Amino acid sequence: MMRALHNGLSLHVPEPWCRPGSKANFDAFDIPAAGSVARPPIEVEPFAIRELAYSLVRVIDEQGNATGDWDPCLTADVLKRGLRAMVLTRVYDNRMVRAQRQGKTSFYMKSTGEEAVAVAAAMALDRADMCFPTYRQQGLLVARDWPLLDMMNQVFSNSQDRLKGRQMPVFYSSREAGFFSISGNLGTQYSQAVGWAMAAALDRDPRIAAAWIGEGATAEGDFHHALTFASVYQAPVILNIVNNQWAISSFSGIAGGERTTFAARGVGFGLPSLRVDGNDFLAVYAATDWAAKRARAGHGPALIELFTYRAEGHSTSDDPGKYRPGSEAAAWPLGDPIERLKAHLIRRGDWDDTRHAEMLAEAEAHVRDVGKQSERLGTLRSGARPEVSSMFEDVFKNMPPHLRAQRDEMLR
Amino acid sequence: MPQMNMIEAINSALDCVLASDRNVLIFGQDVGYFGGVFRATDGLQRKHGRDRVFDAPITEAGIVAAAVGMGAYGKRPVVEIQFADYIYPATDQLISEAARMRYRTGGEWWSPITVRSPYGGGIYGGQTHSQSPEGIFTHVAGLKTVIPSNPHDAKGLLIAAIEDDDPVLFFEPKRLYNGPFDGHHDRPVQSWAGHPASAVPAEHYRIELGKAKIARPGEALTMLAYGTMVHVALAAAQEAGVDVEVIDLRTLIPLDLQTITTSVEKTGRCIVVHEATRTCGFGAELAALVQEHCFYALEAPVMRVTGWDTPYPHAFEWEYFPGPARVARAIRQIIEV
Repeated sequence: MMRALHNGLSLHVPEPWCRPGSKANFDAFDIPAAGSVARPPIEVEPFAIRELAYSLVRVIDEQGNATGDWDPCLTADVLKRGLRAMVLTRVYDNRMVRAQRQGKTSFYMKSTGEEAVAVAAAMALDRADMCFPTYRQQGLLVARDWPLLDMMNQVFSNSQDRLKGRQMPVFYSSREAGFFSISGNLGTQYSQAVGWAMAAALDRDPRIAAAWIGEGATAEGDFHHALTFASVYQAPVILNIVNNQWAISSFSGIAGGERTTFAARGVGFGLPSLRVDGNDFLAVYAATDWAAKRARAGHGPALIELFTYRAEGHSTSDDPGKYRPGSEAAAWPLGDPIERLKAHLIRRGDWDDTRHAEMLAEAEAHVRDVGKQSERLGTLRSGARPEVSSMFEDVFKNMPPHLRAQRDEMLR
Repeated sequence: MPQMNMIEAINSALDCVLASDRNVLIFGQDVGYFGGVFRATDGLQRKHGRDRVFDAPITEAGIVAAAVGMGAYGKRPVVEIQFADYIYPATDQLISEAARMRYRTGGEWWSPITVRSPYGGGIYGGQTHSQSPEGIFTHVAGLKTVIPSNPHDAKGLLIAAIEDDDPVLFFEPKRLYNGPFDGHHDRPVQSWAGHPASAVPAEHYRIELGKAKIARPGEALTMLAYGTMVHVALAAAQEAGVDVEVIDLRTLIPLDLQTITTSVEKTGRCIVVHEATRTCGFGAELAALVQEHCFYALEAPVMRVTGWDTPYPHAFEWEYFPGPARVARAIRQIIEV
C-alpha cells in the first residue's frame, strides 16, 4: 500500500532574496533609522537589553550626521585616521588581487565593503588587546599600523615572510600586533579567544580578547563552545559575528539567518548581544567601545553582530556572478563604509573631496612603493624564498630524530 | 618511599606542577570539586584553588580550544578528557590547531598543553569507554603521544609532558590505574602494592619523553609494547617460556627508535602488540620501521598482536582483547620460524 502524501509537508531549503539575472533587492531587510536605538549603561543585565539583538545600532544617518546616544563623539583626527586605515586597506586589497592575477601569489581575499568592521574595532580596542580574527579582518593590522611590507611578504611567501612560507596568503599572524594566527578551519579561533580571555581574567590582566567569525561559520560547533565558555566563566571577551550575508555562495539563510538574527544566538547564552550596522564606522566603534569597557570593568563577555555586505567575491578563487546579481553591492541599503565616513567628515566640515582624493593618491603611492619593495624580496613564483630546510623547523620546539632524518633525506 | 597506585601517582604529579608553576591550571569534566570520575584530581581544587582546578562543560572541543587559547596567553593548561573515546570532538582543535600552532606562526605561538585521557579496555566499557585512539594522533605532525605503564613512570612522564612546550597527549591505561593487569581477567585482581614501580617519590621528578625502557631484557625476540600491553607481554613471555626482550615504549612520538633497533638487531625477531585495532595502528608504523632499519637482521616476519578491526564489543571483551594466550601463541609461532 502506498503511503498517502501529506500536501502540507515539504522540505524547506532557503533561497536568497535574488539570484543572477534578477534585480538586486533588499526590500525584505528592515533597517531602523540611525540613532533610534538607546545605549544602555555598560553594567546592564543582559536580560534587560535583549531587544538590542533584534534591532540595529546605527549612528551615521543618510545625510552623514551622527545621531543618537551611540555617537562615540570622536575627534576629527581619530575619524581621519579611521578613514585612512579603511582606504589603505581597500587599496592594499586591490593591489594584492592584481598581484594574484599576475601570478605572483596563489590566492587572495579582499575585505571590500567590510573595512569598518575591522578598522573601527581596532581603534576602539586597546592596542594591547588580543585579536582572534578570521581571514577578512586585515583592517585590524592596518589600523594598528602594522607594516604593509610585512603583510605583503606573507602574501608572497617570500624570503622575509615571517611565517616562513608555511601559510596560504592572508593567513597572517603577528604576536607583536596582537593578531592571532588565522585558521582555515573556520570557527576554531572563537573558542580559543575565550580561553585567552579566561587566562587574562585569572591573572587580573586588564587586557581583553576580541574574536571574529563569519555568519556562515556560526553553524560550527566552535561558535557554541565559545559562547558556552564565555557565559559560564564570564570571560572578558568580545565575540563579533561578521554577517556579510554570504558564505562563499551560501546566503545567510543557509546558516539560519531566515528565522532570527545572528545576534539573537547570544541571548540564549545570557550574553549581552548587540546588532550593529557594520558599514557605519561610528556604530562599530561605539559598540566595540561599549563591550570593551564592559569587559574591562569585570562585567564579562558581549556578542556583537556586525550587519554588513561582502561586496566582492569570497576569494580570488570565487566567481560571485554565478550565484548573486552583480548589482547587489551597489544596492546594499547600508552603503559603503568608506563613503559613509567620508560623508560624515564632510558634513562636519572636516573633510572635502580634494583632500579625500589626495589621501587616496597617497595611499595608492604608498602601496605601490611597498609592493615593489616586497616583490624585490621575492614572490611565490620567482625570486628569493625562505630557506627550504626551515620546512622541518617548528613542528616541535626541538627537532626529533625522525624529522632530522627526513630533512636530510630531502636535502640529499 | 611512598607507595602509590597509578591514580595516586598522577594526582601527585599534578599536585607537584600546580605547586611549582603558577601557570599550570587544570580543567575538564568533573575534575574540580569532585576530583574526577577516576579521582585523578582528588583534593587538588581544595589545595590549589577553584580558579586553577575547575569543572568544564561537556564540550571536549571547547575544553581543548580554551586550552589552546590559554596556552597562547602563556598558561600551561592540563585538561582531562574523561575517556579517550570522547576525544573525537576535540580532534579539530588538536590536529588543526594545537599541533600546528608553532609551525604556522613561525614559532611565535605554541600550545604547551597536556591532554590527559584514560584509554584502553578491560573494564567492560563497551564501545565508548574502551578505545585506544593513539594511532589517530601519532599520525599527526606536531603532537607528542605518551603512554605510561606503571605509577613511577606515570608521574615522571606526566610532569615532563606538562613542562614540555609542545602539545602532548597523555593516554592513561585505565585498567592499570589500580593494579598491573596482565590480561588474565579470570584471575583475582592484583593491586600495585608491593610492585617495584609503585615506589613513587613524593617530590617532583621528570622522565624524559622519547625514551623507551627495557621492561625485561631477553635474547630470543623483541616485543614492542606500551600501556597495559607491557604487562600482558611480560606474562606471555613467562608463560611461553621464551627469553623475550620486552620494550616499554612509553613515548610513541617522538619514538625511541634507537632502543628498538638495537634490540631487534640483537634478537632478530620482533612482535608488536597493542590493544588498538590493527589496520593503520601504531603497530603498522613500528613494523615498517623495524623492516626498514633491521631487515638484514630479521629471521622472521615482524608480527602484530592487536585488537581486532571491529568496534570494541561489550560481551566479547576477552575475545577482542589481545591477552596473554594470543601473545604467547605468537611468541611460539615466531620462534619456530
